[in-house]
Amino acid sequence: MPTPFLDRDLRVTPIDAYIDPPVPRARAIITHGHSDHARSGHGAVLATPDTIAIMKVRYGEDCAGRFQPLAFDTPLQVDDVTITLKPAGHILGSAQVLMEHRGQRIVVTGDYKRLRDRTAQPFELAECDLLVTEATFGLPVFQHPRPLDEVARLLRSVATFPDRAHVIGCYALGKAQRMIALLRDAGYDAPIYLHGAMIRLCELYQERGIDLGLLRHSLDASKGELAGQIVVAPPSAIKDRWSRRLPDPVLAVASGWMSVKQRARQSGVELPLVISDHADWNELNATIRESGAGKVWVTHGREDALVYQCRKLGLEAEPLKIQAFEEGEEQEGLDE
Amino acid sequence: MRRFAQLMELLALTPSRNRKIEAMAQYFRETPDPDRGIALAILTGALTFKNVKPAILRDVVLAEVDPHLFALSYDYVGDLGETIALIWQHHGGTEPLPSLSDLVELFNMTSKAELPRLIGSLLTRASINERWALVKFATGALRIGVNARLAKTALAEMSGIGLQEIEEVWNGISAPYPELFDWLEGRAERPDIDHTARFHPLMLSNPIDEEKDFATLDPAEWVAEWKWDGIRVQIIAARGKVSMFSRTGDDIAAAFPDIVDNVFGDGVLDGELLVGADFEPLPFNDLQQRLNRKQASMKHLQTLPAFLRVYDLMFQGGTDIRSLPWRERRQRLEAWFAAHPQTRLDLSPIVPFENWEQLAEIRRRGAAEHGHEGVMLKLRSSPYVPGRPKGLWYKWKRDPNVVDAILMYAQRGHGKRSSFYSDYTFGVWKGNEIVPIGKAYFGFTDEELRQLDKWVRNNTVASFGPVREVSKELVFEVAFDSAQQSGRHKSGIALRFPRINRIRWDKPAAEAATLEDMQVFLSAT
Repeated sequence: MPTPFLDRDLRVTPIDAYIDPPVPRARAIITHGHSDHARSGHGAVLATPDTIAIMKVRYGEDCAGRFQPLAFDTPLQVDDVTITLKPAGHILGSAQVLMEHRGQRIVVTGDYKRLRDRTAQPFELAECDLLVTEATFGLPVFQHPRPLDEVARLLRSVATFPDRAHVIGCYALGKAQRMIALLRDAGYDAPIYLHGAMIRLCELYQERGIDLGLLRHSLDASKGELAGQIVVAPPSAIKDRWSRRLPDPVLAVASGWMSVKQRARQSGVELPLVISDHADWNELNATIRESGAGKVWVTHGREDALVYQCRKLGLEAEPLKIQAFEEGEEQEGLDE
Repeated sequence: MRRFAQLMELLALTPSRNRKIEAMAQYFRETPDPDRGIALAILTGALTFKNVKPAILRDVVLAEVDPHLFALSYDYVGDLGETIALIWQHHGGTEPLPSLSDLVELFNMTSKAELPRLIGSLLTRASINERWALVKFATGALRIGVNARLAKTALAEMSGIGLQEIEEVWNGISAPYPELFDWLEGRAERPDIDHTARFHPLMLSNPIDEEKDFATLDPAEWVAEWKWDGIRVQIIAARGKVSMFSRTGDDIAAAFPDIVDNVFGDGVLDGELLVGADFEPLPFNDLQQRLNRKQASMKHLQTLPAFLRVYDLMFQGGTDIRSLPWRERRQRLEAWFAAHPQTRLDLSPIVPFENWEQLAEIRRRGAAEHGHEGVMLKLRSSPYVPGRPKGLWYKWKRDPNVVDAILMYAQRGHGKRSSFYSDYTFGVWKGNEIVPIGKAYFGFTDEELRQLDKWVRNNTVASFGPVREVSKELVFEVAFDSAQQSGRHKSGIALRFPRINRIRWDKPAAEAATLEDMQVFLSAT
């Protein structure tokens, strides 16, 4: 294939725009609202309407000079590059960026998953010549189980320990809302209690049409009232003084990292729930194969194994080290 | 298997000791024989499968998974069993797994050649959690924060019978323990175990607190012995049969025929296993060559003959004398030696002293001149109490040697520490280069481990697989018991029992020790 029109900093060279740039840029295309992808301070931001709404809630109305919303599957011509945002299935509004230029097709997946999740627009596969894929769970030991089975384990534990609160540590954007939706879909209709950091984002999801049922602020309930209840909180709060107000809490954490029991043990997690918003090893491989890409750049995670696997299949593959993301390398364990 | 897998998961993930005990007790109450007995044997490490080795499981997986991907995965997960359980790609899961007792049968009956196929089909039939438990069950490498003692504590909890009583019968019974459960559930008498067939739990000492304890102890009431640098063993000799147990109750007689074939007279003896000719103990390193072997080689029997330095008599002939005071037992022990001349057993001598200051000097000189590990203090009036009773026996170890060494390499730990660089190789100056003198992975707090881990990540200069080479800047004060010549290390020195005493964040590497500094430790031992 010809030289890609995307460089290793994810700069779309013909139009001088960056995808998920870690530092402020004049033109940025943002895949989704997580802080390692969406930063404040860019000149112009192109993103889905949901992602723009999320950025405004998290960083303020003025977090970018100008916002340009682009609906999914709507091609946008910028000079001689055509940009289409395809659903990535990761969180509400999350997108892959498909770019076409002089017959060459490039897809940057951002973070994605292919499992059904009613809090995110479902993943759509896009064929391409160069695929830039995430690799958060890029090792064959990561094979995510069915989320409903994991929720069933949680509900069993809630029934077993009626005197204890179950506190679920999960990322405030995306995972929290998905967790709540999964509980609702499993028939759990009691109020779910939220740590303060979750409230505004849950409201945003509900404003945008995602039903999460009855939610309450955990501070509005007494210690006694929280017995037998489910509380959702960011992982950092769990080890903090905040959790002292919970009755003998069962510590649950919802994350793809939780499949490794020794890791769960190490972080003191009593009930690991293997629920992930990222593609697992099998999904990563299926996506690479189905995209038809002859060239793969691997980023965000365990690049080594996936690069090795691609090369074994005869694909041109290389790891992409995006500098500012390195800090997150070993922050596995709790958030994603 | 399903119920057992649930128990295993709960045990692995519950930090609370009491909840673990309760969970095991509940499992033993609810699960019928013989499965609960099998589970008990697995939890206590009493049951292993001769042919089912981690290497076989690894081969079963490597037949299907790319070795490089497996290696990357193992490096990440840090636990072989868990890696295997997670990486297995076939998920059947409809047909339930066999019961524990059927599994035991299958593992024991299946030929080595057929074993891979059996294991493959079991892994496929298992759900993810069962697969994890199955691998642990098969290999015996549990790593779930449960030891034999905790499992026996659960038996005590379920039955109301004391832990000590359960330990007394433990070595005379075997899986699946029907007579044990009958007794615990009140359907039968306590199993009648002949004293000659079982291990008797040992009496252990507490470290002395020099600042506090000496003020209250009267030297006239105490007796001192050298602290021998071997391993603690128990000899049971009765009617021509001799057994030998390690301090945890493992039967190690087969590895030491030179001792068990040469015990004259009946009784239960407590002593230190050492190697050396003519009762001259060689360094622990030499003893180590004979440990962890099922059988002794002819060569070792000649070059490293074993002997037992005896310090207590628990049974005289067939009579339990543990309730007698130490001075009475000692008299009987000396009489026993007088009546039965020995070739491989000798008496641990009493070290006379008048007062604590004098004993301190004896201890110091014993360490400097003979390499003694320290002294033991025993109360003359004390009975032999199994366990670690307070105030009856003390150990007073020699002061450790310390050296300032430079951190060179760090490696990720396993299990709980698999995300931390927790194994450290350190070295000292040899001219302008630094040569490694040892490796340590404890002696620091969890908080210090986090700081060290961060330091390693920020100061890496090269990576070789799981090992990181770091810039030679951080100094550890390393404590160790002794130093020996070693051909295995570039420095020519090997340390015994090295541990990180302090992290010298403040000390420049240039001021760390040199190889010449180390020579004094070699001559002292």
